[in-house]
Amino acid sequence: MAQEFRLPDLGEGLTEAELVSWAVEVGQSIELNQVIGEVETAKALVELPSPYPGVVEELLVVPGATVPVGTPIIRIATDAATGEPPARTPVLVGYGPEAAAESKRARRRPATAPETAYPDGRRPDASPAARLAARERGIDLAVVAGTGPSGAVTRNDVESHTGSAEPSVPSERSDDSETVQRETRTPIRGVRKQTAAAMVRSAFTAPHVTEFVTVDVTRSVELLGRLRDLPEFEGLSVTPLSLVAKAMIVALRANPSLNASWDEENQEIVTKHYVNLGIAAATPRGLMVPNIKEAQSLSLLELCRAITELTATARSGRADPVQLTGGTVSITNVGVFGVDAGTPILNPGEAAILCLGSVDKRPWVHEDELAVRWVTTLSVSFDHRVVDGEQGSRFLSSVAAMLHDPASLLAHL
Amino acid sequence: MVDKIAYPVQLIQPDGLRVFRPDYTSLVRDIRPDQLRDLYEDLVVARRMDVEAVALQRQGELGLWAPLLGQEAAQVGSARALRPDDYAFISYREHAVAYCRGVDPGVMTRMWRGCAHSAWDPSSVNVTNPAIVVGSQGLHATGYAMGAHLDGAEIATIAYFGDGATSQGDLAEALGFSMSFNAPVVFFCQNNQFAISEPVHLQSPVPIAQRAAGYGMPALRVDGNDVLAVLAVTRQATQRAREGSGPTFIEAITYRMGPHTTSDDPTRYRAAAETEIWKARDPIDRMRRLLDREGLLGEEFLARVQATADAVAARLRSGTVEAPDPAPLDLFDHVYSTDHPLIDEEREQYAAYLAGFAGIEEALS
Repeated sequence: MAQEFRLPDLGEGLTEAELVSWAVEVGQSIELNQVIGEVETAKALVELPSPYPGVVEELLVVPGATVPVGTPIIRIATDAATGEPPARTPVLVGYGPEAAAESKRARRRPATAPETAYPDGRRPDASPAARLAARERGIDLAVVAGTGPSGAVTRNDVESHTGSAEPSVPSERSDDSETVQRETRTPIRGVRKQTAAAMVRSAFTAPHVTEFVTVDVTRSVELLGRLRDLPEFEGLSVTPLSLVAKAMIVALRANPSLNASWDEENQEIVTKHYVNLGIAAATPRGLMVPNIKEAQSLSLLELCRAITELTATARSGRADPVQLTGGTVSITNVGVFGVDAGTPILNPGEAAILCLGSVDKRPWVHEDELAVRWVTTLSVSFDHRVVDGEQGSRFLSSVAAMLHDPASLLAHL
Repeated sequence: MVDKIAYPVQLIQPDGLRVFRPDYTSLVRDIRPDQLRDLYEDLVVARRMDVEAVALQRQGELGLWAPLLGQEAAQVGSARALRPDDYAFISYREHAVAYCRGVDPGVMTRMWRGCAHSAWDPSSVNVTNPAIVVGSQGLHATGYAMGAHLDGAEIATIAYFGDGATSQGDLAEALGFSMSFNAPVVFFCQNNQFAISEPVHLQSPVPIAQRAAGYGMPALRVDGNDVLAVLAVTRQATQRAREGSGPTFIEAITYRMGPHTTSDDPTRYRAAAETEIWKARDPIDRMRRLLDREGLLGEEFLARVQATADAVAARLRSGTVEAPDPAPLDLFDHVYSTDHPLIDEEREQYAAYLAGFAGIEEALS
């Protein structure tokens, strides 16, 4: 018998919640109170335990969707059947309720080849994920060598099988499937969806201006080299980014309008007297901009440590909501990809974003002679509603001056 | 017992080693291997029940739940120090106290499910129902204790409250009255370090127990994650109360490892590193290490404890999901202990209002 679990009111009087992720998949056997997924409400991120033991029949909500309280979110086939056909009741661990699941897939993918009958009358042992992967790739499970428990076929087995088998059977695939493979359709959800919404909102509400400056940072590069040798900095990533962050925080003191936000609702400009410094990071889940709280009070050493930790947690996908909200100004480091410069889009709600290009040896006029120097290009995008060209330019040239001669930073420490 | 309140009483270290404290060890001399095992079972059952109730809230079966995770020893140790005729006044997190007093786990969640005003008859088990009001427990316990004193009953009452409640006027009044009237009360403060999101150091610059000194009340601090130490100091305090020596203030230092309630997100106001420190002081782990060191831990015993805990959790679950919805007119019961003309009038009005829907249902069907 199938039970639907409806999204409960997880706080007191909440009306909706966002399904962040599923911890189970269709066909999986679950126990009572086993965590089936994570839900974020206006109050907290909480894990949902299953109210029923059984087998997951269908996930009714895609991750990233916000649904009202009371919406059925998962359907679970339970053993508590009364009038169920006996064929479905003996559900083995690791096997989905076959009849239901296959009829559903058949509707979605009519072109998929039917499963072969096996000589000994039984299907090879395989996890539900492996079965799904095999079906999607049109692979007969019988020809895949299983490495799981008792020779069961795992998803990895199917995937590695695909890799080796594809070149050998190129002509077997129909034209139809080739056209299908020339394009991949990915549902827009999760981080991608949020990033897109944030970028559109930012680009079309804040009028952006971007300015550039190219600067000789040889002294900064030398300074970083010496800092790396200090025992205090051992194990930390001492990079141009950390020095740029420090210079930026100092430059913001004289140019506070870049550390501000436009409050449309109240018709006010909110100038922040603290710096929550966002660092754009490419993570497996997509673009994240976790921020370092109260960065204005951190020494260079503390800043290095904070950046090292922040990017590590963001990359491991463990950045918590606190780290991802409340930023006041951001840095993006496109230089790590070997790119000269960029025109970044503002993190929504902020008035400025600094972009650091790659730091390279380039020919440069130094003391009236052509010399090989470490040079980089900095750019800053700012919200022209809040920041005028004058302040934006002063800020950028001030950051550049401090990187050109980091000794001048000492005056502000 | 007032002098060194800065040093909490401890009888078991986090690594399970016993601490040499003859003065307090003598209070728990009767706790032999079997009783130690029983205390361990209580701790495990308390946590298991709590886990089940949190799950039930996440499944939409309870409106709210205040998890006790981390505070098992403070509750079990103090509740097991009580005699059947002692009376406990609890706040909203004392599920383990209720369990130890003999409350049926099957009815424990009724108030949280919103299907009863009162989950159990307080006087059948001498423990009150969960009360969300912060600090009122002190006044109720003091009043009850004063009444018992006048009746000549040799009992103790115990008021359960948290660190945040010590900033409430109610508790200040209770401490003052209980001292003036020499009431047989134990003020049992579970300092779980947070008043919802407010850390305890913002509540008081001195140890909470020191606040009792202003009333002239003896006070002490105890390691609230050490079930044996909590049992010892609560026995001492209840004994003082029964003998007519007046109230005692106990600050049990513990840690709320979960959220304030199921509506709360503790990651917004405290660091994971802090929680890690307290995990090492887990009350159940500590007791298990002690049993292990003293050769009292067998697989059979552990399996039996787990089976008991699972059975209690199952009882809590079935009692919750099968709890009948109350009839609308039950709302008027138990407001007064006897009939009351105003209540009768309101009941009739409400009955007439409900009867008005009967015609509508027929018309729709």
